[in-house]
Amino acid sequence: MNPEMHARPRLAPGCRLSESTASRSPSGKSQQPRILLMPERALRLNGPSLEIVERCDGKHTVQQIILDLQNIYSKAEPQKVESDILGYLALLHERRALDFG
Amino acid sequence: MTAELSNPLALIAELTHRCPLHCVYCSNPLELQARSDELSTEVWSRVFNEAAEAGVLQADFTGGEPLARTDIVDLIRAARAAGLYVNLITSGLPMDEAKLAALVEAGLDHIQLSFQGAREDTANEISGTKSHAHKLRVLEWVKQHRVALTLNFVIHRRNIDQLEEMVTLAGSSSATRIEFASVQYYGWAFANRESLMPTREQVNDSVEIIKREQERLRGKIRVEFVVPDYYAKYPKPCMGGWGRKLMLITPGGDALPCHAAQVIPGLAFENVKDRGLREIWEQSAAFQKFRGENWMQEPCRTCDRRELDFGGCRCQALLLAGDASATDPVCSLAPLRPKVDAILAGINTAPSPQVFVKPSWLYRPNPA
Repeated sequence: MNPEMHARPRLAPGCRLSESTASRSPSGKSQQPRILLMPERALRLNGPSLEIVERCDGKHTVQQIILDLQNIYSKAEPQKVESDILGYLALLHERRALDFG
Repeated sequence: MTAELSNPLALIAELTHRCPLHCVYCSNPLELQARSDELSTEVWSRVFNEAAEAGVLQADFTGGEPLARTDIVDLIRAARAAGLYVNLITSGLPMDEAKLAALVEAGLDHIQLSFQGAREDTANEISGTKSHAHKLRVLEWVKQHRVALTLNFVIHRRNIDQLEEMVTLAGSSSATRIEFASVQYYGWAFANRESLMPTREQVNDSVEIIKREQERLRGKIRVEFVVPDYYAKYPKPCMGGWGRKLMLITPGGDALPCHAAQVIPGLAFENVKDRGLREIWEQSAAFQKFRGENWMQEPCRTCDRRELDFGGCRCQALLLAGDASATDPVCSLAPLRPKVDAILAGINTAPSPQVFVKPSWLYRPNPA
């Protein structure tokens, strides 16, 4: 089930990113992989997956997350960025790592 | 070997063997450690730091009942400060509203609340104490907090017919995860095996129900099910492989590769009071003993599945085959599988293996 564009995804209770010690490059890209900690599981995130999860803060809408990533990954095809993000958010939701507020 | 060795990912911290419950399948060893032998707050805090430095991501606080430790809030705070994700595996019995708020405030990430059944009479019989009603109150309190909740049901012959009621119970709570864990037959459960092992018909029915509920609850609650391995075709990859992912620390500080490892004769365990965690992980004889493949016998040694299940469980091999290096006898390829089939035949041909007669349980006592 794909999320609505105006939904504001937020990490579910008990799901959080490991502390970051990394700095950011001028483009805004995260420099180091981080780990999404959740009950009985851990996911290593880097690149786009990390950019997405960092924005799942209950403030960004799905639409905003898509626009942000289309800007960061401006060489990628915008339509492909959008469909990848929607698929990834749906997967995290199914794993109960994400709530759609 | 050390060069290709992976980091431990989770630390199972058995904080105490004290417990208000007396469950007939308790995973604690038959010889329980006394309160006077328990590690101090300071030593546990050091262990959490060493664990994080060794690459551990998650700490599972268990017991016994971890809430029996009066310093539980400090321990959670120390583990979080070390950078670990903190799971609390609890009966919920020593919990009240103020205690719960303090645990969450200290940084608790996830509560795994155990239930012994969906009905009060079954649950109280299995736990040997009146515990069920209080757990229902705990479920209500947890709703007030931002913390992950898993309901854990240990499944066996006398409650496997309540799966749908258990799902309903979870649905009325804030749980995002249900764990149906079939009894594993070690220690107390091994002693009570004749009364706990489900029938084949029950197992087949339960697999259907679980599949249906997993589909129905997709996106709401994750339903996880650990199959009873005596009925399986292949053994479980016990602990994700010996010395590959997990470390267990006993209340007194012994570092074990799994809950039951003390049943294996000839293994010497090192203690976190004497040696650093990473050194123990990399060098201790007990962790080396069944790491990798060199210890394997046939048919494991040349089996295509040896990197999937690592030969199954060493403790089960010891208990059923009398040899910890043997292929886990629950494997359909194991030379001793007929022994497991004979045990199951006994269970499935018994005249009335169900619920009319209360078994004479061997209850787990409390340590000194």
